[in-house]
Amino acid sequence: MVCMARSALFCLLALLPSIALAQGAAPEELLRTTCEPGNRGGTLVIAQRSEPRTFNPIMAIDQNSQGVNARMMADLVHINRATQKTEPALAKSWTISKDGTQITVKLRRGLRFSDGAPFDADDVLFSFKVYLDEKVRSPQRDLLIIGGKPMAVQKLDAYTVRFTFPAPYAPAERVFDSVAILPRHLLKKDYEEGKISQSWGLNTPPEKIAGLGAFRLKQVVPGERIVLERNPYYWKIDSKGQRLPYLDDLAFVAVPSQDGQVMRFEAGESQIISSLSADNFTALESEQKKRHFQLYDIGPGLEYNFLMFNLNDDTKGRYPEIERKQKWFRDVRFRQAISTAIDRQGIVRLIYHNRATALATHENPGDKQWVNAAIPAPMHSLSKARELLKTAGFSWKSDGTLVDSTGQPVEFSILVSSSNSQRTQIATLVQDDLKQIGIAAHVVTMEARSVNDRVLNSHDYEAIVMGMVKGDADPTPDNNLLMSNGATHLWNMGEKTPATPWEAEIDRLMQKQMVTLNYPQRKKIYDQVQEILAQQLPMVYLVSPNILVGAQQDLGNFRPAIIEQYTFWNAEELFWHTPAGKH
Amino acid sequence: MNFLKPRAESRHSDPSPAKKAGSGFQGKPFRLAWALWFLVAIHVVVLLAGFIAPYSFDTQDRLYPYAPPTHLHFVDCQGKFHLRPFVYVTKLAGDNLTEYTQDCSQTARMEFFLRGDGYTLLGAFHSNLHLFGVEAPASMFLLGTDGFGRDQLSRLLYGGQVSLFAGFIAAALSVLAGLLLGAIAGMYGGRVDDVAMRFAEIFITVPWFYLLIAVRAFLPLQISPITAFLLVISVIGIVGWGRPARLVRGVILSARERNFVLAARGFGASNAYLLRRHLMPLTFRVLLTQMTVLIPQFILAEVIVSFLGLGIGEPFPSWGNMLASAQQYHVLVSYWWMLLPGLAPVPVFLAYHSLAEKLQERIKSHI
Repeated sequence: MVCMARSALFCLLALLPSIALAQGAAPEELLRTTCEPGNRGGTLVIAQRSEPRTFNPIMAIDQNSQGVNARMMADLVHINRATQKTEPALAKSWTISKDGTQITVKLRRGLRFSDGAPFDADDVLFSFKVYLDEKVRSPQRDLLIIGGKPMAVQKLDAYTVRFTFPAPYAPAERVFDSVAILPRHLLKKDYEEGKISQSWGLNTPPEKIAGLGAFRLKQVVPGERIVLERNPYYWKIDSKGQRLPYLDDLAFVAVPSQDGQVMRFEAGESQIISSLSADNFTALESEQKKRHFQLYDIGPGLEYNFLMFNLNDDTKGRYPEIERKQKWFRDVRFRQAISTAIDRQGIVRLIYHNRATALATHENPGDKQWVNAAIPAPMHSLSKARELLKTAGFSWKSDGTLVDSTGQPVEFSILVSSSNSQRTQIATLVQDDLKQIGIAAHVVTMEARSVNDRVLNSHDYEAIVMGMVKGDADPTPDNNLLMSNGATHLWNMGEKTPATPWEAEIDRLMQKQMVTLNYPQRKKIYDQVQEILAQQLPMVYLVSPNILVGAQQDLGNFRPAIIEQYTFWNAEELFWHTPAGKH
Repeated sequence: MNFLKPRAESRHSDPSPAKKAGSGFQGKPFRLAWALWFLVAIHVVVLLAGFIAPYSFDTQDRLYPYAPPTHLHFVDCQGKFHLRPFVYVTKLAGDNLTEYTQDCSQTARMEFFLRGDGYTLLGAFHSNLHLFGVEAPASMFLLGTDGFGRDQLSRLLYGGQVSLFAGFIAAALSVLAGLLLGAIAGMYGGRVDDVAMRFAEIFITVPWFYLLIAVRAFLPLQISPITAFLLVISVIGIVGWGRPARLVRGVILSARERNFVLAARGFGASNAYLLRRHLMPLTFRVLLTQMTVLIPQFILAEVIVSFLGLGIGEPFPSWGNMLASAQQYHVLVSYWWMLLPGLAPVPVFLAYHSLAEKLQERIKSHI
């Protein structure tokens, strides 16, 4: 009986779109994908570092939450992670005005949220109203503010929306990527009551959460797993007309350590793995045939690791020891000497087994579209480093210790998060390199949250080895980091005005590239930014690791990408070649 | 072994029971010899790590990451026997840093008393003389290398300095604090006793590991790794005073009512005199046993703390932070020699435990 009831329910769900059509709703304007047609059924298990913190796409800032939410939500225009080009999503098409200040978006008709409610322009208006509301404090707001002014959103008809930027905006439609369209019918009340930032926590019943993504929430087992099921209303079909996604379920399990994830993957308990370290990649390579999985090195990603000195101004009086050392850190010759003394190729070889690229700036040489190829590869030369230090007034004692002009030995601590073993190893190599020029660097490992707190809030650190991941190949998202008033201007947070002339110049150039619509001109401007960064080294850029991933051999349409989420960004297209029951 | 046979006080013609207790080990065959000799030997070896180790603990040879243990040969590739052992020069076979090949055409004889990395022995003597090794450019890594090409044997020996002496320092701090507070509590009783023992109970229940995480997070970054480490060890030691204090208090409580103490008090001896002269010596055996129990506990504490990244910082080795790399999957499956630091504490613990057991037996037989 239970079986029959379930079958009846399934049939009813499958028929819902046609029932809606029969009732006179707009016909569905579905998106036909070019992926390989696959088989329906099966579950894909994905291990993540921790469970998501929220199902609320407005407030999700951590990768784990974003990874799950992006499967349940959809955006107007999407950046294809494999090609890095924009492609239509909920927007069927769009036009950009000649002056680059307006984008008019035509929405797909007849789409439904995963709970069956219809989607139209009012949902888009509501979503952008929420994201732009200062009181909501959504992290996406920064992306929608251009030149300090918010974009305007106007409904032209039930399926047409016009976005007006306060100034020409070069990334244009890329801004819409990952801005999830919210269900007005479910969240309007919470928004009006000022509670929207608390909506959709982990304890919200699945039926109260809906989106336009390929999957919808099925089950939450706190601390253990989150299970999503296929959204029967999803708006993509394959070349055979079969509605996506192929998978019945998508399960996210929490496995805190990467080594734990590797063991689970090797045992077949999870079927794809992202962000493998080069060590683990090498260790797993020999197991591929036996265990029926395939590993992929998809080349340099958008992650970059760097050594950064504390150049914050607010240390004055609070941390006298840091303030004393900042006289060294603020001298560009000192930073250049440190950069020259570091053996980046050693880092690439020993820590990344040659699966990484040495960096001169934050742009990876693999990114041909934006990298300034004229900037030479970083040099490793102890004699050059000594020369630079000498010109900056440093000298050496008879025992080889480097001392400054007042005779103080040059000694500082390098903070590093204990949760990232590669960065801890980088810090140890850097420590040994600096010893060669007489600098005593002490590596201090600390729990990740303490490290973040010191960098972002207290500024109680001297130097730090850390990493960042660019969200997009386009330069504009880097404004937050590079511009002196940016929210993550890490080396000197909270600058009211640019502290140095070169920072003022970067501010000017980044503003200019944002409003320059012509690509060659824009590239030229961004090249200048990279030249300044390579010269001034506010961060001593070190290496960019390759993206190393793996998946079970019989997973179809697996197309890993260099942008997060590396392995399951196209979860709706993934399918099992083997019969569904096996997985 | 003078500390096991305290000399009788010459000023007193009639030795007190405290003195008799102190001479309790005399006249019996010393069955603890092996454990003691082993412990003495291992402490001497680690103290002389600079001389015995072929390399410095922080010397990186970046051409040899994760090199397996070097084989010592007596017979060469042509089958010819050599009286002095030698090694073949090894090279990385590929880019994946896992395979090394031996070059039969290049050999290096094992040398004794050769010059190499500089070191300071016992904090005073500077030298660069090493017991054994091979002449550069050849390398000899008898226990392999870590990911930075650092000799595991050298790091194991230097790491012993940290791990073994951390245990010793922490245990000494615990026992000293326990002796002082336990003796005062036992001697004065009443409210003093109540307060001291309630504090002891609080300290016994303190989750020392979480306390350490908090202490480590609050330490200024500017202090050197060794200072930070000593502070962490001091915290472990000081937190551990509760148990020795309770034991000392028990001994003092029972002893203060004994006739020779009452007699001394009758002759006008002050509390301080009684404690110093008659009562504290009675706690000697208990404290000695406590030391032998606490030292391995604190060595283990150091290993755990360093294993979790809260102990001494890079590049200084300890058995715990050397073993930390074994948390990584690729190390576990690919480089077995990286697990050896996990075995190093085992004979030390066994020696300390058998020492503690024998001391316990002697105390019981004495009672």
